[in-house]
Amino acid sequence: MSEAVAPPKVSIRDLNFFYGATQALRGISLDVQEHKVTAVIGPSGCGKSTLIKTINRIAEIAGNVRIEGEVRLDGQSVLDKSVDVVDLRRRVGMVFQKPNPFPKSIYDNVTFGPRLHGVNKRSVLDEIAERALGQAALWKEVKDRLHQSAMELSGGQQQRLCIARVLAVDPEVILMDEPCSALDPSATARIEETIEDLSSDYTIVIVTHNMQQAARVSDSTAFLLEGKLVEFDETEKIFTNPSVPTTEEYITGRFG
Amino acid sequence: MSAAARHRKEWWATFVMRAIALSTMAIVVMILGDIFLKGEKVLTWGFLTLAPVEGMTQGGIFPAIFGTLCVTLLMIMMALPLGVFAAIYMVEYAGRGRLARIIRAAVNNLAGVPSIVFGLFGLGFFVLFVGRGLDRIKGEGLLFGQPAMLWASATLAVLVLPVVIVSAGEALIAVPRSYREAAFALGATRWQVVRRVVLPQAWSGILTGAILSVSRGAGETAPILFTGAAFYLPRLPIAHMTIPLLGLQIPMVNPLDQFMELSYHVFVMATQSHDTTLTRPIQYGTAFVLVSLTFILNISAILLRRKLSRNERRA
Repeated sequence: MSEAVAPPKVSIRDLNFFYGATQALRGISLDVQEHKVTAVIGPSGCGKSTLIKTINRIAEIAGNVRIEGEVRLDGQSVLDKSVDVVDLRRRVGMVFQKPNPFPKSIYDNVTFGPRLHGVNKRSVLDEIAERALGQAALWKEVKDRLHQSAMELSGGQQQRLCIARVLAVDPEVILMDEPCSALDPSATARIEETIEDLSSDYTIVIVTHNMQQAARVSDSTAFLLEGKLVEFDETEKIFTNPSVPTTEEYITGRFG
Repeated sequence: MSAAARHRKEWWATFVMRAIALSTMAIVVMILGDIFLKGEKVLTWGFLTLAPVEGMTQGGIFPAIFGTLCVTLLMIMMALPLGVFAAIYMVEYAGRGRLARIIRAAVNNLAGVPSIVFGLFGLGFFVLFVGRGLDRIKGEGLLFGQPAMLWASATLAVLVLPVVIVSAGEALIAVPRSYREAAFALGATRWQVVRRVVLPQAWSGILTGAILSVSRGAGETAPILFTGAAFYLPRLPIAHMTIPLLGLQIPMVNPLDQFMELSYHVFVMATQSHDTTLTRPIQYGTAFVLVSLTFILNISAILLRRKLSRNERRA
């Protein structure tokens, strides 16, 4: 990347990932810049979800996985056995494909993370809830019904609640795994606005199969195909003048 | 084969299967009807609230009802925590590894052991080994090393453990993976995930399993035969405990006493009574009370499950 002067927030080197005997990632290397939005695109099954789930090591809870290579957060190894995954996941939050609020109240959802990490004072939790819900552009809609069930919210609101739940633990990096794939266009637009607002304070990595979305929200884009990184560059370059012919074929819709 | 022949075959297949399915229902109705009709004339309020008299040829079965309730309550207090923790380990921790497979096989085998074997195990292990062992350590004569409610409950707890483990395991598995993922991604430890996300969602299933295992345990005779059930006891298994400082005496169930129990009562009335014909109505009445008790438990399990799962969806 041309403007890569600052040290990368997340740096991935020669990453191989195996589910049992199946190899999902093949020698991936890329750098994620701080306070930027990095999009990962590619057809279904290309390994884009696995790639971001390696950064917070959530991929390994499925069991029977093998990871080779290097992932560093602020220069510190993430994959090392000695790494405290609890602390890692506090620093690297994640929003999933399907909104997955807990079947608890809105308040209990957004304060779930801080409570896990030992914050129990009501006034502090109240502050965190208001701040996080505000950042996720949900505060106005829910401030009068914080103690109602999160299951009563619409899909888009649920997903913004999930974003607020992540923000409540003060992460540095936010991973988003196709966060809009279950949402309608207007809910999608609101999430995209939220992503834009957040990008000044957080480092965001978003997986999407929607290329317009990648073009709209991201600063740089990685294109994955069959577990390999085909091209990684500034989003504008990828979408206007990609260097690899396969990338152009994919973004112009000739396959995938 | 012609279309008509195929239709005929289909008709016969449906008929046969439906007849078989209905006949299982007929068996339940017949058993219930039979014990109700034959026991009906003894079923009075006094039968439920009084002790047997006249060498157990008259009077009620209250001590047996009381004993059954106490022993099954004590049983579930032991079996539930053990079963739930075992299920949590198998589902949340061991995953699909080799150890989990071995434990699962052990649980299934435990479920297949005949109940009389549990009775002998209870006598050998709880009464003679644990009980006598405790007595030897205390050195104050025979206190623990004899058949008692405590050991009967423990034996029943081992018997129903597979039921508790399997139903609790199913309740845990039914909790959506996405909840676990969300909690892990927020930095929860495995125990926090279990404690704060999985268990609150699984309680209804776990409790249903617990009630079903109580109804299973309440009907068992063989496991308590040598471990604590009494042929006849002129008193309830109750001891008076003195509360320190206040000097108050309150009655408490004494788990070191023997007890009378419904299914065992049916058994002794039918085989050991000095006049089994005379006591026939009492046998049927007792059987009816026992079956009603398990039915009530089963129905309350179903109602509880329905109520709780409705709450969970709303929560």
